[in-house]
Amino acid sequence: MNRSTLALALAGSLTTALATAVYAAPVTADYMSGKEKCYGVALKGQNDCAAGPGTTCAGTSTMDYQGNAWKAVPAGTCTGMNVDGHMGSLEPKSM
Amino acid sequence: MGFTTSQHAFAAALLDPGSVLPEGVTSARGAADPLRFAVYRNNVFVSLVRALAQRFPVTERLVGEEFFRGMARTYAADRKPASPLMFEYGGDFPDFVASFPPAAGLPYLADVARIEAVWTDAYHAADAPPLGVTALAAIPPDRLAASRLVPHPSAGLVRSAHPAGSIWAGHRDDPVMPPASWVPETVLVVRPEMNVNVHALPAADAAFAAALLAGASLGEASGASSDVSDFDFGAALVGLVTLGAFRAIAMGEPQ
Repeated sequence: MNRSTLALALAGSLTTALATAVYAAPVTADYMSGKEKCYGVALKGQNDCAAGPGTTCAGTSTMDYQGNAWKAVPAGTCTGMNVDGHMGSLEPKSM
Repeated sequence: MGFTTSQHAFAAALLDPGSVLPEGVTSARGAADPLRFAVYRNNVFVSLVRALAQRFPVTERLVGEEFFRGMARTYAADRKPASPLMFEYGGDFPDFVASFPPAAGLPYLADVARIEAVWTDAYHAADAPPLGVTALAAIPPDRLAASRLVPHPSAGLVRSAHPAGSIWAGHRDDPVMPPASWVPETVLVVRPEMNVNVHALPAADAAFAAALLAGASLGEASGASSDVSDFDFGAALVGLVTLGAFRAIAMGEPQ
């Protein structure tokens, strides 16, 4: 495909998409409403303010974790999931 | 001892549990107690681990609090914050998770953490009005291939070999929902207005989206997807712009 052919192909494809796209709605705070099914599956956002960690004075006089001698395995919600049809391996792998 | 030397010694002692009191540290009553410094050191670690737990709540939930705390503590052991803005701490935590041997049994975990990292980045990114679809129609056809799109300041893409987006979405609330099918997902995180939106992109558009967000021209990005059977240039471009992934057009030369 040479340059002018590519330009024509891209322009034609875009024109088609623009003709079928529903984009007349004004860009407002909720301009995505009603559109999110059109393209890209919307995974519900996390709209609270939990993202900004604050500071803390919490602490104890002892270390709550010894950095290089632990044998913990994942034990959260991951245990209920299949990976490639198999239950996820929860045993730590040696490397 | 100069202030800088003293400060560095203090910082080094904070991260090294095996170290003794840094030189020059005293208490109001004279000689300082190493145990009291240990309390201070522990507070530093606890606050760093807590910062990570707040930025990566789904990652923590997936592996459980104990495992997460151990993983975060190992990460924090040799990583002091590079910025006074604590919400930036842990930017490379997903890479660490990917290389953390005890988590090797959960190959999707690092990608879920990546979604959480770009989510926070998007949340704190600069506000900017997204590029509208109508602007696409204004690009002259002969300049289309060479034109580039300026990514929205909040836009972040996570390409995963696993359904990382569905896992993330399904483990944020109760009850947890395992992904419906175990397929690779490419996730676009963007905040075109006030809310952070997370979208699973059509698989055929993953390479195109990645190329555009990396600064490729429309022609180059289209070429990156030329071997994807159901790739539709126009639909993909309109779709990405509709989601608010871009801020502006850098018009290319006529070809």
